[in-house]
Amino acid sequence: MKFTLSWLKDHLETEASLDEIVEKLTMIGLEVESVDDKASLKPFVIAKVLTAEQHPDADRLRVLSVDTGSGAPVQVVCGAPNARAGLVGAFAAPGTYVPGIDTMLSVGTIRGVESRGMMCSERELMISDEHDGIIDLPEDAPVGTSFAAWAKLDDPVIEIGLTPNRPDATGVHGIARDLAAAGLGTLKPGAVEPVDGKGECPVKVTIENPDMCPGFALRLVRGVKNGPSPKWMQQRLIAIGLRPINALVDVTNYVTFDRGRPLHVFDAAKVKGNLTVRDARAGEKVLALDGREYELSPGMCVIADESGVESIAGIMGGELSGCDENTTDVLIESALWDPLTTARTGRDLGIITDARYRFERGTDPEFMGAGLELGTRLVMELCGGQPTEPEVVLGNPTSKEGEIVGETGHHYREVDFPLAETKRLTGLDVGREESVGILNRLGFMPKGDKDGETIRFVVPSWRPDVEGKADLAEEVMRIHGVDRIDPQPMTAHNAVNGRTLTTLQVRTRTAKRALASRGMMEAVTWSFIPHEHAVLFGGGAENMRLANPIAADMSDMRPSLLPGLLAAAQRNANHGFADVALFEVSGTYESDEPEGQRRVAAGVRRGTARMDGQGRHWAGDAGEVGVFDAKADAIAALEACGAPVANLQIEPGGPDWYHPGRSGLIKLGPKNVLGTFGEFHPRTLEALDVSGPLCGFEVFIDAVPEPKAKATRTKPRLDISPLQAVKRDFAFVVDRDVQAQTLTRAAASADRKLITGVRVFDLFEGASLGEGKKSLAIEVAIQPVEKTLTDEDFEALAAKIVENVTKQTGGVLRS
Amino acid sequence: MTDLKALEETLLAEIAAAGDEQAIEAVRVSALGKKGSVSERLKSLGSMTPEERQSFGPAINGLKERIGSALAARRTELRDAAIDARLARETLDVTLPVRQSPAERGRIHPISQVMDEIAAIFGDLGFAIAEGPDIETDYYNFTALNFPEGHPAREMHDTFFLQKGERDQARLLRTHTSPVQIRTMEAQKPPIRIVIPGKTYRCDFDATHSPMFHQLEGLVIDKTANVANMKWVLEEFCKAFFEVPSLNMRFRPSFFPFTEPSLEVDIQCDRSRPGEVLFGQGSDWMEILGCGMVHPNVLRFGGLDPDEYQGFAWGMGIDRIAMLKYGMPDLRAFFDADVRWLSHYGFRPLDMPTLFGGLSA
Repeated sequence: MKFTLSWLKDHLETEASLDEIVEKLTMIGLEVESVDDKASLKPFVIAKVLTAEQHPDADRLRVLSVDTGSGAPVQVVCGAPNARAGLVGAFAAPGTYVPGIDTMLSVGTIRGVESRGMMCSERELMISDEHDGIIDLPEDAPVGTSFAAWAKLDDPVIEIGLTPNRPDATGVHGIARDLAAAGLGTLKPGAVEPVDGKGECPVKVTIENPDMCPGFALRLVRGVKNGPSPKWMQQRLIAIGLRPINALVDVTNYVTFDRGRPLHVFDAAKVKGNLTVRDARAGEKVLALDGREYELSPGMCVIADESGVESIAGIMGGELSGCDENTTDVLIESALWDPLTTARTGRDLGIITDARYRFERGTDPEFMGAGLELGTRLVMELCGGQPTEPEVVLGNPTSKEGEIVGETGHHYREVDFPLAETKRLTGLDVGREESVGILNRLGFMPKGDKDGETIRFVVPSWRPDVEGKADLAEEVMRIHGVDRIDPQPMTAHNAVNGRTLTTLQVRTRTAKRALASRGMMEAVTWSFIPHEHAVLFGGGAENMRLANPIAADMSDMRPSLLPGLLAAAQRNANHGFADVALFEVSGTYESDEPEGQRRVAAGVRRGTARMDGQGRHWAGDAGEVGVFDAKADAIAALEACGAPVANLQIEPGGPDWYHPGRSGLIKLGPKNVLGTFGEFHPRTLEALDVSGPLCGFEVFIDAVPEPKAKATRTKPRLDISPLQAVKRDFAFVVDRDVQAQTLTRAAASADRKLITGVRVFDLFEGASLGEGKKSLAIEVAIQPVEKTLTDEDFEALAAKIVENVTKQTGGVLRS
Repeated sequence: MTDLKALEETLLAEIAAAGDEQAIEAVRVSALGKKGSVSERLKSLGSMTPEERQSFGPAINGLKERIGSALAARRTELRDAAIDARLARETLDVTLPVRQSPAERGRIHPISQVMDEIAAIFGDLGFAIAEGPDIETDYYNFTALNFPEGHPAREMHDTFFLQKGERDQARLLRTHTSPVQIRTMEAQKPPIRIVIPGKTYRCDFDATHSPMFHQLEGLVIDKTANVANMKWVLEEFCKAFFEVPSLNMRFRPSFFPFTEPSLEVDIQCDRSRPGEVLFGQGSDWMEILGCGMVHPNVLRFGGLDPDEYQGFAWGMGIDRIAMLKYGMPDLRAFFDADVRWLSHYGFRPLDMPTLFGGLSA
């Protein structure tokens, strides 16, 4: 919403400065987004050309002697065709910034002749596009005074960012009311004296859909003479960014901004028969004032005459019945439109207009008639003509609660306001007199007992946003001053704070730190990925696709973090960073239900980005990343989440996107999959258009069981054996497909008390072992507990280990 | 006697000439061994007269002692030389680089770091952290937050919808973290003190808008919480978060469907030096968050009586406050996963934000 300072002062009697007004507007909730104080026009003065001589060296230039009103005439070289002796125009002295050419003027020499300033065109001042010649003012324009002040171009323009709840502030009068309530002056009366209409309006109106149209007022003005509107009106419209069209149209725009009351004018000669307000019919079309044709559908509200749709209600008029210079009889409409219908229609048709902006917020129903009168007055003032009486038809009222009923059937809402409510909600102590005064100045009138703790207020018709006591507390607060609320500490909690994070939150946090400390970098990638990628990773279901994605490749909610990370790794590789390790801990989406959102930690390593370092190194190059890097990451993430790592089972093979022989599942028990890891399937990489040595993992943090609540934080007692621990090595030849996990478990089970660890320290495959065989060498750590073990004891234990392994793997002890 | 003198000179010369352990040993044997030259002379003492013995005894014993210590000294000398030689041989160029520790290389994304900073501050103020799903229903995202059907405020949210499929009403990606207010009220009774960090989505994309971004919601509900308390909480938070002793904040009335009264908050700052923001000075007011008293209708939707309970809520952009504090110029880079950006703007895994150690110190 834009307006000028002088326009505001039409409605507000005030001595306040521009700065004070701007500051106050922001502080009462009408946030000022920009102020153009027209300072850029201040240096330009009215000056008179005394003589104009031909430039000695340039056909198209003249050398002017200019009287700037101070001191001796100055010499200016000028190329404008209309530069002549006697011309009065706008002069810029050296040192002036000329906005239209974005230049700071200096004394110059043009083709050998000194020039000490510039006579400007309107475009150079950025007040219009006019650039055919320099500004040419009436002879009596006062030389030496400010051009902008004389031309009334120094009127500051203020733009406020309106919140959607304030339709009353879509007009200058409403803004003035707020400022007056806040003590910045006195609101001038806004009442409109009705014109003296003669005879009935010949065009009748029928409302077929009373829910969409609470009221419709219409009047004919005969014998108008349309043409350009007066300069003051044009200047205000231009200042706020509107293009003057003609007097009749300009009046409607002017009243729209002056009162937040959109009007519409029809050329009566182009309207056939009576008007009907009705639902649009399917497929019905209208050529609107913006020159475009719109196809309408039921649910949209239109105004039609006998030949069809005349205008889209509350949004835009029709081109066919528009007013031009030839209009002599004009129909002026002031109507009420249902905000929701207007909003929906505007959205569906993609039309944004000043009328829609107001109707979808809710115009003042009780100003419908006055708006028509104001519009008529202005039309008569500018174009003459003879008005008829208004034709007023009512639909269903805008409000049905409240005893007091207005002229359009609007029931005034009533709110019981406990004066203590302001203090309760805001902490602000505002006295009775001040509270009531603020509300009165805003148009809220007390009803009934005015002396009690609770006062009933009648809500003005221009404030559809006010529903309850909290709204009134807000009114008192914002006008009294939010800055007057002193911060107040919350009730102190006089104790040490306990834990505030949930287990899942703690795990998320530690998983991130654990993975980062393994040399990986945390990425945050989009929750939506290309459809094909989603399908590859088990997603892509219809209900997980966006109906309105912002880009085609951001279309599906991701079923896995891996495709996003793989794409990110490839982007880095394309930038010349081939060795990258990325991870992300975030959500994946299995369904559109809350429980379908998983908390997952995932990572990928590319090239040689292994934990210990990447690339070549004098002490040994890093090899390419592989399945065991991913497995180590996955297990580290699970450890960080507090998963019982000793009980995890690794099952070879993983989901389809992995290399089937170089991937695995991490499980806890037969059903609970805690994670997957591996190198990727070449077809997956190809489909994602990524390459490289790549491995990755995913760990489902939310699948890790919650730790059992314990009554004590005491750790179990530690018994340190005084006896010497020993290590024994064994090597077994087994079939190639025997899992190391099976063998180590078999060895460990030989004596769970004595054996504290089994570690695979060598893997060998070679022809010497025979086809399909491999050798696994293990180191068994033994901790005697009760007594030092004798040679016989060791032999018995070794025999048991060998027996177990042989039984469970078919392995043979290598001699 | 001259014979002894000569022998001593010869032996000492041999000791000095011995170049290794073996040579020393040979000298020792030749002198002090069973048949060594000194030993032989010692033996000869037995066949001497007492007078001779008196003068030769100390002389030969003295010789033995001197040769013994010369041998030991030479042995030590040789051992030291051998160690020195070994050390010289084993010397390495210690300026050769070692591999960087993975914990130095790895990075935490600024969003995670800032979320941890937030958790540290609000944890100290007694707030718990609540979370909710990214995919929401129209009810939780709009209706229960007092957005009337068709209201322009809904349209301002640029909502992403999922395909409607069989449903009556399409699911959507939450446009703010506020749905968690309702979910929390449904799950627990007041007093409520929570903050809600999380992903949010709007259909908008430029240098300061991203279709996915992160928001921090706060909610306090009890029987007395008011705007004055809210001002205090937010001022305390901003001072702690931006790690400045004082900060000028401007609260001004605004509108949100789910709060009444509603306020927007600006912080005063100096942005005259490119890429740098100084708080508590300068002439710029930068909008940083929206807040207000929870709307009575929202309390009702949450199952609470607005005459009994009251409270306040706020929402701010996590990415935005991260950019303000740490100076990242472009929001879009947050989601590019460019390792150069992550390495520069990211945080080391052991830089854990705590209040006792300073959030970013």
